[in-house]
Order: sequence, then C-alpha cells, then structure tokens
Amino acid sequence: MRHVITTQVENKPGVLAHVAGMFAARGFNIDSLVVGRTEDPARSRMTIVVEGDDRVLEQVRKQLGKLIPVVKIRDFQAVDYVERDLMIVRVHVPPERRTEVISLVDVFRGRVVDVANKSVLVEIAGPENKLEAFTDLVRPYGIVELARTGVIAMARGRQPSGSPQQED
Amino acid sequence: MSQQKTTEAETNRSSLAGASGAQIFEQTLRSEGVDIIFGYPGGAVLPIFDVLYSSSIKFVRSRHEQGAAHMADGYARSTGKVGVALATSGPGATNLVTGLATANMDSVPMVAFTGQVKSFLIGNDAFQEADITGVTRPITKHNALVTTADELGRVVKEAFHIARTGRPGPVVVDIAVDSTLAKCQGEPDLVPRLPGYKPRTRGHMRQIKRAADAINAAQRPVLYVGGGVVIANASEELRAISDKGRLPVTTTLLGLGAFDESNPLALQMLGMHGSATANYAVQDSDCLIAIGARFDDRVTGDLPSFAPKATIIHIDVDPTSISKNVNVDIPVVGDAKDVLARMLDYIKPVDRSGWLEQIAKWKKDYPFTYDRKSGNLKPQQVIEAIGEMTDHDAIVATGVGQHQMWTAQFYGWRRPRQMLTSGGLGTMGYGCPAAIGGQFGNPGKTVIDIDGDGSFSMTMGEVITAVQYDQPVKFVVLDNNYLGMVRQWQEMFYGRRYSSVGHQCPDYKAIAEGFGAKGMSISDPSEVKDAIAEMLAHEGPVVLSCKVEEEENVFPFVTPGKSLGEVDLGKLI
Repeated sequence: MRHVITTQVENKPGVLAHVAGMFAARGFNIDSLVVGRTEDPARSRMTIVVEGDDRVLEQVRKQLGKLIPVVKIRDFQAVDYVERDLMIVRVHVPPERRTEVISLVDVFRGRVVDVANKSVLVEIAGPENKLEAFTDLVRPYGIVELARTGVIAMARGRQPSGSPQQED
Repeated sequence: MSQQKTTEAETNRSSLAGASGAQIFEQTLRSEGVDIIFGYPGGAVLPIFDVLYSSSIKFVRSRHEQGAAHMADGYARSTGKVGVALATSGPGATNLVTGLATANMDSVPMVAFTGQVKSFLIGNDAFQEADITGVTRPITKHNALVTTADELGRVVKEAFHIARTGRPGPVVVDIAVDSTLAKCQGEPDLVPRLPGYKPRTRGHMRQIKRAADAINAAQRPVLYVGGGVVIANASEELRAISDKGRLPVTTTLLGLGAFDESNPLALQMLGMHGSATANYAVQDSDCLIAIGARFDDRVTGDLPSFAPKATIIHIDVDPTSISKNVNVDIPVVGDAKDVLARMLDYIKPVDRSGWLEQIAKWKKDYPFTYDRKSGNLKPQQVIEAIGEMTDHDAIVATGVGQHQMWTAQFYGWRRPRQMLTSGGLGTMGYGCPAAIGGQFGNPGKTVIDIDGDGSFSMTMGEVITAVQYDQPVKFVVLDNNYLGMVRQWQEMFYGRRYSSVGHQCPDYKAIAEGFGAKGMSISDPSEVKDAIAEMLAHEGPVVLSCKVEEEENVFPFVTPGKSLGEVDLGKLI
C-alpha cells in the first residue's frame, strides 16, 4: 500500500540527511522524498511517499516523530487531499508524427516546452496516476529521458464529515 | 524571591555579553550543574582547555577518548546526572564513536563535545577534520554543529535538555574552534528553541485504568521491567505496585536492581541467559506488563512464540518502542514513575495463591547454579563471594560476555543504579572505564569492575587513569585464556572449532603494579574469600586476576531460534 506523508521540519543544514538516514537505517521503502521551502522561512516541507502496510506506516510516523528537527507530521490516510508531481520527459518523435504526440500532450493538459528535430520535451504535472498514464501512452514512441520531482501534497479545505484531521 | 532570581539571571547574562565562546561554554556547563568532564585535549579545543584551567569544573583526562566516553556513561548511569565528555577534532571525535553508540543503545543521558576545525575550513579535508555530525547521526539522540559564539550557549543548553528528557540519549555538540575564540556580540540568547521536541511524559488516565483493570482480572500476571524503570527513578513505585497487587517481577539485564532480588516476588533476570523461573513464568502468564523495556531479542527468544497466552500491556516513554516487535494490547505512553504512581490506586490485591505457589516451586527447582564440588576455581564462585562480601551494595560494572552474564545471575541485586553494563550494543571494554566513571560519581562507595580477560585487555590502560586520580576502583579479571562467550558458541554450534578465541593471558598482576595499582592473583577456590577481603580493604585501585576454569559454560541458555520456554539448563539440573 502507498502512503503519502508530509512533514514540517526545521530549515537547517543536515536535516534532509538526518531524515534520509533514518529511513535508510530502518529499512523503510521510499518511493519519493521531496523537500522545499514553505511560507515560513524557518521551516521546510518534506513530502514522503512510502510503501508498506499499516504497521509500517505507524512505525514510519513514530520514527519521524522521534527526530528532533521534525516539527509536524501529517499523513493523508483518511483525508481528502491534492497530490502533484511534475515530470519533464523527452519523447522521441520523428517530424511526421509530431502532431499526434502534441495532441496527446493536450489531452493530458501538459505542455510542449521544447521541440527538436527528432524529439520533443514535454512538461506535465498532476497526481501520480496521471503521469504514469501519460508515460505509458508515449512509451511506444520512445522515451529518451525522464525526470520527476516527486510528490507534494496538501489537504483539501473541506473535509468529508466525520473524518479525523490528523495533526501531530 | 523572583526579584532575586531575575537579578541573578541578569547578572549571569550580562556577564556573558562580550564573552568568548569558550567562556560561554564553561559558564553554561556550570549552570547545567556539571561538575566533572571526562576527555582528552587537542588542538581544536585549546581555547576551551584554557578556560577549564581556572574553572571549578573537574577535568579527568583518560588514556583514550573511548575510555572518556565510557567514563561519562558509567558516571551517568550510576548517578542519574548527564555525563559529559570532551574530545578534540578528527581522531579525538571518532574515538568517541563506540562510546556514543553504547550510550545510545542503552538510553544514557550524555553530552559529548567535540572540537572542530575553523568554520571556514569545514569540508576542506583540513588537518584533524572529521564530519563527526555525519558519522554520529545514526548513533546519537541528536547532534549539532556550532559555528558562532552567539549560538553556542543556546545549543549547549538544548543539548542538555535533549540528553536528559523523554527517553534519554547521547547528544554530540561539534564546536568549530573559531567560535570558541570569537567574542559574543551583545548578550547571548540562552533559551532552547526545539519546536519539534515535545516528549510525552504524562500517561493517559484512560489507558492507565485499562491497564490496571487488565492486571486485576489476570490470573497469572508478570511484571517485565527494563532499564526504563531505573532511568525514571521509579523503583519505589514499582515495589509499591508489586506489593499491593502481589505481582511477580522479572527484570532485563538493564533493569537489574530496579527490584530487590531478595523479595520473594523477584523472578530475577529473564531471557537468553535468564532464570528458568522467569522464562517459564513469562511463557505461562496471561498478562505481561512491560515497563521501560523494549522486547529485545535477547529477552524474547523466538518472537512468534513469545508469551503466547498473555495480554500485553506496554508502559514506555518512547512510542517507537511500542508495537515495534510485539503486538501490544494496551499501550501506555508516559514516564514510568508517573504512570506507576498514578496506577497504584487502581491496583487491587487479588488472591492468586496458585500462581505464586507455582512460581515458588520453580524458584526452588531452578535456581542459578554451578558445579560447586569440582575443586576448580569457578568464575561464578568469585562473583557470588563478591556479592556477599559487599552486602550486595556495591556499584558493579562489567565488560561483555560470559562474565557479564554470570555477574547478572550471581551478584544479587538490591537497588537501582548498581549495575553498569553495556546491554544493547554489547561493548567489550566498557567495564574498566565505566567503573572509573562510577567511582567519580560516587566517592566513598565501593565500585567494582567484574571483567573478562578479553574485555579488560581492550581498555585496561584506563587503570592508569584510576591511579592518577586516586580512584580506588577494584578491577576483578576473570582470566580463562579465552573469549569465553564466543568459545561457548563455537563449542555448542561449531563443533568445538575454536577459531581465534584462545590466547595466553599476560600477567595482570604485574601489569597492575606497572600501572601503579595494587596487583593480586589467585587460582584456587580456597583463596577467594581472603583475596576479596584484602582487595576491598585496600585504599587504592586494585587489579585482582582470578585464573578460572577455562571451559565453563553459561546456563541456562535459550539457544537461538528456540522459544523462551525451551530453556537448556545444562548438565546440572
């Protein structure tokens, strides 16, 4: 099972190494780990996607909580949320097939940000399953290079009634 | 009163304005109640040592930084105060690593200060530079790098707060040398800023009541007590609950002394080399109450078959320990002292005479024992005699191995903070320096290192430190010419292929005398009592080498893979 966890950590050198080191030492299976700035200059936001069952998720939450630079933890188990990942992919496209690739990109509301002789560079953002669907569709053309930022996530404003707001 | 306090605080703060980092370091340490530092000088800490030269804080120079770390550790375990170590950059810092990992595994409150090269040289492969914060990140509770005089005081105060609260642990503060020379701009801010650190010490009342109800309803309850009860200073609360509910108590290696072993409800140590009584009781119990313990593999034996009939209650200050190895039915996150004190009122005295009779029978049938008729000098005999002749009241440190297990089994523990031993990491060489640290923390008390010849020879250079500082520690070396525990496993599981475990022991009596201590040596059972009496009566440090039976084995033994109830009792029972 796939779990998305966001944390607020102190914006200090070494914090990323600390969190990454803990995950490595404990043998947790990390899909992606993204860290970046927030509205508070003293805080960074770290979003982690972890594979495992509920027991693993519980241990991950607790071990994160034990790290002193980690200030807040939130997982999106029972919460409605928005998830985004940004991908740039270089698709191999001979000139005569360029338009069909471009219309695929349009369908996915992505953008062509570079056009070369035999390839195009596509930028596309969205939840993981959207990126994966697009990647599968363009794979037959040939994927030359692919880069993803990893997932960031945030809870929706209105929560379904009765669902707990988990905050640490 | 508060008016006075404010003035004092103002005086302290104003006296720090414009002070050098080294001066702030010394003053902050004193304000944290530090009166002793164990360590070793070097280039990157010269400014600090210059300030220490005229400080009231005592400095103990060890022979090796590992010794200093273990001394700070033994000091902390035996007093409950935060142990402080200080080393220089590079190799000085890396020499602390084993000591830090030892303290980390056993939750010992310790702050280790390491010098660091000038802040603008960090990352440049400078002379005696080491990325100690990187190296120690996985083996410390927390660490920090200080590069300015202004932040030094605050970081030091944060370090002490982290080290001693919640689940204690070692903290490293790496101090760039230029920050100790620099002068603070204005008044330093000394208030800890740790927004991510809020340890939960107060247990939830509803959970406490649930736990008490389960205990009261149980027919065969067992209290499984770990080092956390010692750390929390909760042995009085433990005794009160055990008394009121008539609840039998077993302890882990680190919990030894949390419960008086002369109490009829004491089952003694459980686990791999624990008493059969304790192990049978746990396997048969219908309610296992874990307090300040973490279901370590040395205790549980084969996990799936551990305590199969028991409802499991787990009281611990660290939520990550709960349901990590074993499914817990009733978790209670909180400090042991707080939880046990508040649980007492809800515990009912229930008649469980059948269970207590069963336990008494097991105790009678399966005491710790050894062949007392062989005529050879047995290590267990030496330890038993030391126990009796010190009234079971000494502070006892050990190395790691067979001698450590025999000490746990045969010394006879009465009170907390007696036993100084490396449980989680199992660090050979811990005993000698830890005993010295324990002696510094408890002047006037009898402190004994019961060591193996393998472990002792790793850090025996610290006997020089004991001599230099007039610390009358008694070092008892159980000398069997082998790395005993490894040899036992090679005998039992590798067809007696004694690969690299035997050696010719040096003359420890002569070595002791060379170091300036009193040296003694015995090899016959008839010499034991007189030798121990002579050792205890001597007013300075003593090394007593005991040439014991070479191929003695530790029993009981729950061999790897077996369940806790499958205790191998050896040939004697």
